[in-house]
Order: sequence, then structure tokens, then C-alpha cells
Amino acid sequence: MTLIIQNLVFGLFVGSIYGIAAVGLALVFGVMKMLNIAHGELLMIGGYVSFWLFHLAGVDPFLSLLISAPLLFGLGVVLHQVLYRHIARFETEQKIKNSMLVSFGLVLILQNLAQQMWTADERSIQTAYSGVGADVLGVALPYTRMANLGLALLVVIGLHLFLSRTYLGKAIRATADEWESAILVGVNIRQTFLITFGLSASLAAIAGALVVVGYGLSPSIGLAWTLKALVVVVLAGTGSVFGVVPAGLLLGLGEAVSGIIAGPAYREVFGLLIFVAILVVRPQGLFGRA
Amino acid sequence: MEQVGSQLNQPTVPLRAALSARRRFSRARVFSWIVVALIALAMAAVPQVTTRSDVLNLLFLIFLFIVLGQSWNILAGFAGQVSLGHAALFGLGALTTRTLWFGGVPFPLAFAASGLVPAVCASLIGIPTFRLRGAYFSIGTLAIAEVLRITIANTLPLVSFLPVDMLATYELAPRYYLALALALATMLATYLLFRSRYGLGILAIREDEDAAQATGVRALPHKLAALVISSFFAGLAGSTYAFYQVSYYPEAPFHAGWTFDALLITFVGGVGTLIGPVLGAIFYIFVRERLAVTLVSLHPLIFGILFILIVLIFPGGLVDIGTRLRRAWNTRRASHSESRSAGK
Repeated sequence: MTLIIQNLVFGLFVGSIYGIAAVGLALVFGVMKMLNIAHGELLMIGGYVSFWLFHLAGVDPFLSLLISAPLLFGLGVVLHQVLYRHIARFETEQKIKNSMLVSFGLVLILQNLAQQMWTADERSIQTAYSGVGADVLGVALPYTRMANLGLALLVVIGLHLFLSRTYLGKAIRATADEWESAILVGVNIRQTFLITFGLSASLAAIAGALVVVGYGLSPSIGLAWTLKALVVVVLAGTGSVFGVVPAGLLLGLGEAVSGIIAGPAYREVFGLLIFVAILVVRPQGLFGRA
Repeated sequence: MEQVGSQLNQPTVPLRAALSARRRFSRARVFSWIVVALIALAMAAVPQVTTRSDVLNLLFLIFLFIVLGQSWNILAGFAGQVSLGHAALFGLGALTTRTLWFGGVPFPLAFAASGLVPAVCASLIGIPTFRLRGAYFSIGTLAIAEVLRITIANTLPLVSFLPVDMLATYELAPRYYLALALALATMLATYLLFRSRYGLGILAIREDEDAAQATGVRALPHKLAALVISSFFAGLAGSTYAFYQVSYYPEAPFHAGWTFDALLITFVGGVGTLIGPVLGAIFYIFVRERLAVTLVSLHPLIFGILFILIVLIFPGGLVDIGTRLRRAWNTRRASHSESRSAGK
């Protein structure tokens, strides 16, 4: 029994990372109507930034977010200016298709670059407090993993405040709803796109830091995280930023349950089944607008 | 009544013009058939002339990638369903072959099964996923392929070797002929499919699904047909790979890199054209082998950049560049002769 609860709790913890990874993807998809398959690669690069900051300068991985998130914001801005800006002129369906193809190529480039620079070795960060945690009725609750959950909640609350209280956030939401009308009322949508993409990259950096603390990091992990994020976005429904974190937790839990029932080798299959089932039964997602 | 019928049978003027135009084209068609036959014969003669394994390996890879690219092209280029899970079909073909063949089934039977298994699996998955349009279909196929890869890696972690007795009798020539025959068969099947009425229906769905449905082309059967044919050939390509490659991890053919190769080849040559994947495969294999000599591990990087440039700048690929050049040449020649006759 304790073992099952332990599994479920860990599912919840990993689910909070799925949530953070998916928020960034959902933002770009909702606002720019582009699908960035290289989102997981941004996560991977963010993870490496945290790893090297810890390894070379001894910076705490949670503190390193203050450096890696702005750094990735910059990378996102560069990628937007070099690549995604050119896709923005297409009509919606072409835009999604082309952004998908371009980012598929980008996956290969970033993965290869990371392999050249940092080798294919699997890395992780062992902090002084890594194994330490609370113990509730025999269920271990490591502090680092509890921080995942806390950070996920902080991120979604912060993002919500940003999107609802600031001018920029409102401009982003207006662009997501109807970009033509947004232009008419004076929103600078190029700037909005730029900031959205940068923001999405910094969210990937946060997720990357959590991955390197709790799990393994290697140049090839990107695609797997992109897919988790995609499953979560579909689960939440496009256009629902608030629904993304609960959807992530749900996926984490579901994977834990299927891991218990069918064995750990098949836990990935569960996410897939949910994914296909949701798309067929409720294409607008669990928390999406119909 | 009879009069009406005979009137209907009477070709109208534009139709007659079209028919004669078709006859005019048929000479060019005979010519291109002769060229294709000559190329096929020349390729078939290569192992008789030389035993250099580097030449045979290079040509083998070109044939294999023609099949890989063309099978993706059938689904994505002609039917407009951009699948990002093509590697799964290739991998399933390879897995089926190795399982059956090493289990004692004669290779030709295992080969046939390797086409059928992915086709059946794809149609089972296709029925729910084809409810998804555009991007969701792509995401769905990518997710399915990646989950399949991870699951295969988890359940079959050991390298798959050719057994010693098979290794002792390993010869390159049969692999070469198999790949050549498969490439020719794939090209022929694609050609025949898109000359047929059914193929036209598939093209109509690519252009506008709703309009096609409105004129009586049912979307699901046509999309499924494209998917099944695409899967069949992708599976056979996987089987050929399993027949050729001495050892690999069972998850290797499921890797997203194979999907990327198929995309790159088709985009370099020209999406939705018959000849595109051939040009793309030749280009890709030659450049890759060249780069492998000089820039050992950077070639994915270079191909990634190339792919992005093609998607953004030359979405029509080599075929489109060719037609543009020809058109420019023709107009230049026309204006040239015009100015000459004006000068007289």
C-alpha cells in the first residue's frame, strides 16, 4: 500500500514538470498558432545551463533559474527572429505545418550541437539536500521533488497574474484570441510574438532545471519531453493555460498507475492511449473551450 | 433518347483537343518509359560488372531511401496527411522480418509479412487518428512512433545480430537486387495509383477535404488507402534494412531520424511529385557519404539546416527549381527568336 502511494506521489511530482514544460508549448501554440516541436530541445539546453552553472560555479540549481531563464529568453528571441518570424506570414494551416517542419529540423540541429559540445553522457545534479526529505507514514517526500510541485504552482499563478494584470499579458491574450482585431486596437503583435516565444523558452528552462535535478539529462531527451508536453496540451485543450498544470499532474498520476498495473516498461503507452482517446472523444481537451 | 446518347458520345471540342494533346504527350511518355527501362537495366547490371562493395552499398542505400521517401510522399505529398511517425512503419517492418526470419520462416514469407503487419497496424491506428486534421494528425503520429520506440527499447534492449550461419553465407548482391526491385515496384505503384481514379480522389482530398467530400469523394477510405499503401512500402523498406544490416538495436529502425530522412529526401526532391524522392535520395546519400568522410558527426547538423532552408525558401524542391529554370529558359528563347524575327 505504501509502495502504491509512493508511486502515485512520485507520479504527481513528475507530472508537475510535465505541466511546466507544457505551459510554454501551449503559450506558443495558443498565441502564435505555431507548433514548436523543438520545445523539448529548449528544455534540454536550459537543463545544461543549470548543470554547468552547478558543476563549474557551484550555483544551486534552483538559484540558477535566475540566470538560465533570461538566457533562454534570449535564445528564444534569437530563434524567433531567425526562423519563426518567417513563418508568421503564412495562413493558419500552413503556419502550423511549416512551424512543425522547421522545428523538426531544429530538433536535429540542437540535439547534434548539444552532443558535439557536451557529449552524449547522461548528467544529473546531486545537491547536498538531494536525498533529504520529509517522511509521512512511510511515504518519502524528497524536498527537491516537492519543490517541483511548488514551482509549478508558482509558475502558473505568476503566468496567470502576468496575463491578466499587465498590459503585455493582455496584449498576448488579445493576440491569441484574434490577432487581426488585436492589430486594429493597436497591439504590436510582432513584439507580442517575440515576447511570447521568449517566455515559452524561459519556461522550458525552468522545466529543464527540474529535470536535471530529479531525473537524467542528455542531448537526446528533447523529443520525449516535447511529446509529454504535447500530450498535456491536448489533454488540457488548446487555449487553456490554467488547465495545463492539472492536466500535467493527471498525466503523471496516470503514468504511475499504469506503471503499477502493467509494469514500468509500458508506462509510456498510457500517455499515448490517453492522448488518442482524448483527441477522438473530446478534441477540445478536458479544460478547453468547445 | 438515342440522339442524346450519341450527342454525349461526341467529343466536344476541348475534349478532342485534350485527347490529341494526350496523344502528343504519349511520344514523350514512351521515351521516358524507355529511359526508365534503360536505367533499371543498367542498375541491374552493376553487380555483374563490379564487386566493389562500396559502389553496391551506396546504390543499395539510394534504393532504400527512394522507397522510404516515396512511401512518405504517398501519404504526405499526395494525400496531404503530414505524418511524423513514418519511422514506426519502417521499424515495424524490420521487427517483423527479424522475428519471423530468425524464427525459421523463409525470408520471402517474412518479407511479405513485413509489408502487411505495418499496413494492418496503420489502418487500425488510422481510423481514430484520421479524425484528427492537420497538425493533430502529425502530433498523433509522432507520439505513436516515439512511444513505440521507447516501448521497444524497454522490452528488447539487446542488439539483434544475424545468426552465425546466416552471417557465413552473407552476400551483398541479393540485398542489392531486393532493394532495386523494391524501389522500382514502389515507383510503379505510385505512378499507377496517381493515374487512377482513386488516386485523383486522394489528390482532391489533399487540396480541399470539405470540397472533395461535397463532390462525393469520401475522405476516410481515400486517406486510409494512402496510409495503407504508404505503410506497406515503408514496412518492406524496413524489412530490406533488416535483411541488409548485420546488427543493430531493435529500437534503431524506430528512431525519429528515419522519419526525418524521409522528410528531407522528399522535400529536397519535391513534395508531391513522382520523381522528387528519387532525386532527393540520390542527393541525400551522395552528400551524406561525402560529409561522413570529412565531417564525421556534423552531418545531421548540416542536413537540419538544409531542411529548414528548403522548407522556408524552396518548398518545391529540386523539381520546382528545374521547372522554373526550364520556363525561364523557354521564355528567354521565345523572346530571343521573337526579337530576331522582328529584326528581319
